[in-house]
Amino acid sequence: MTDTRKITVTVNGERLTGAAEPRMLLVDFLRDELRRTGTHVGCEHGVCGACTVIIDGDAARSCLMFAVQADGAEISTIEGLATNGEMHPLQKLFSEHHALQCGFCTPGMLMTAMDLVHNSKDHSPEAIRIGMSAALCRCTGYVGIIEAVTEYARQVHGDAAVADRDSGEHSHG
Amino acid sequence: MKPARFEHLLPTSLDEALAMLAEHAPDARPLAGGQSLVPMMNFRLARPTVLVDLNKIPELAYIRDAGDHLAIGAMTRERAIENSDLVRAASPLLHDATLNIAHLPIRSRGTIGGSISNADPAAEYPATVLALDATLVARSVRGAREIPASAFFDGVMTTTLEPDEILAEIRVPKAPPGSGGAFVEIARRHGDFALAGVAAQIKLDGEAVTDIRLAACGVGPGPIRLTAAEDILRAGSLTDATLAEAGRAAAEAADPDGDVHATAAYRRKLAGVMTRRAVEKAAGRARENL
Repeated sequence: MTDTRKITVTVNGERLTGAAEPRMLLVDFLRDELRRTGTHVGCEHGVCGACTVIIDGDAARSCLMFAVQADGAEISTIEGLATNGEMHPLQKLFSEHHALQCGFCTPGMLMTAMDLVHNSKDHSPEAIRIGMSAALCRCTGYVGIIEAVTEYARQVHGDAAVADRDSGEHSHG
Repeated sequence: MKPARFEHLLPTSLDEALAMLAEHAPDARPLAGGQSLVPMMNFRLARPTVLVDLNKIPELAYIRDAGDHLAIGAMTRERAIENSDLVRAASPLLHDATLNIAHLPIRSRGTIGGSISNADPAAEYPATVLALDATLVARSVRGAREIPASAFFDGVMTTTLEPDEILAEIRVPKAPPGSGGAFVEIARRHGDFALAGVAAQIKLDGEAVTDIRLAACGVGPGPIRLTAAEDILRAGSLTDATLAEAGRAAAEAADPDGDVHATAAYRRKLAGVMTRRAVEKAAGRARENL
């Protein structure tokens, strides 16, 4: 039984249509059907975060969703960050702070950070560290990543937002 | 790996979903947020032949103030619960537990009903609904059934839901004045599966404990009510001695397996430590909530 359906999604503002049988993961649909290969596939069980994209406003794992579930959705991926060949401020900060080496985790890191900085209320150092723990990097040791995301939060929300403070709500020990 | 083939059904109402489940039981599985089922399908540890996808049923996603309790629709995303001022005020324990669930991109999709129905022994919500004494409302074409959380979990990733039933609503008693709740856990990385976690709901009259419910996750085949620890604390007040004794009782009640992340002995010790921390945090909130 092959039940292939036509799926239409809006990726970075562009309406795109492709074919998917129900078992096709959203990330494979983006990469193999729509040829938007900026989003990477890592662990395929939601742990590594490489496939993270923003779906209807919220960051989510595109390996834990079927393409048929995304029919009609608005999706933002790393390909949508730069404008006219000019890197997005967050991308420039990743470069300046050496927040990547091999770059495999970077698409997921950037989309995770976009959601965290733009949609979360708490941008304290602790909240950023916990928020960015959603994505794994095997090269950098995270220091540069945290610096880049913190600096981006400062650019978006101002100095006070990223000031160190006791954030008991995010305590996990 | 990739999932095996399945038939994808996309109902747009609860009644339609229940009819589909009844027609295809026991081969059909409901698909909630998919943050546990889809990884299991990717690894082919689960191979359902029919998925009844609940994600296009708006009537299953809500948080309502229902007087003495909150009524939460099963398809409410964890992220919506985390951001709900109503939940934060009425049930600090549920708010705490939600912040400990995986990571933000997982909570964007994961649902309260899915997590409870999946009944993973390490998951936060099963232990939390036990400590909250929540009522779980199951629906099927045969009608509705109210199940106390204490009668819902039935071993590793097993519940007392029938194959044609879905969990439709979670009823969470509001924390009354003098009471407080808290959830604490330890994981190797924040958001990873807990090595041990404890949910505590406590009611104080002055310093006397008038009611307490404790439940642990990650240290047994399912969520574990820590009744021996409760009995020790309910008998008196919170002192170093009674807290230490309750911690020992909790460690004794734990029945953990060792794995690559932690030995059984370490998890057992953590069950005691987490019990003490959860009780102290919950009691602090109870003292402020007069």
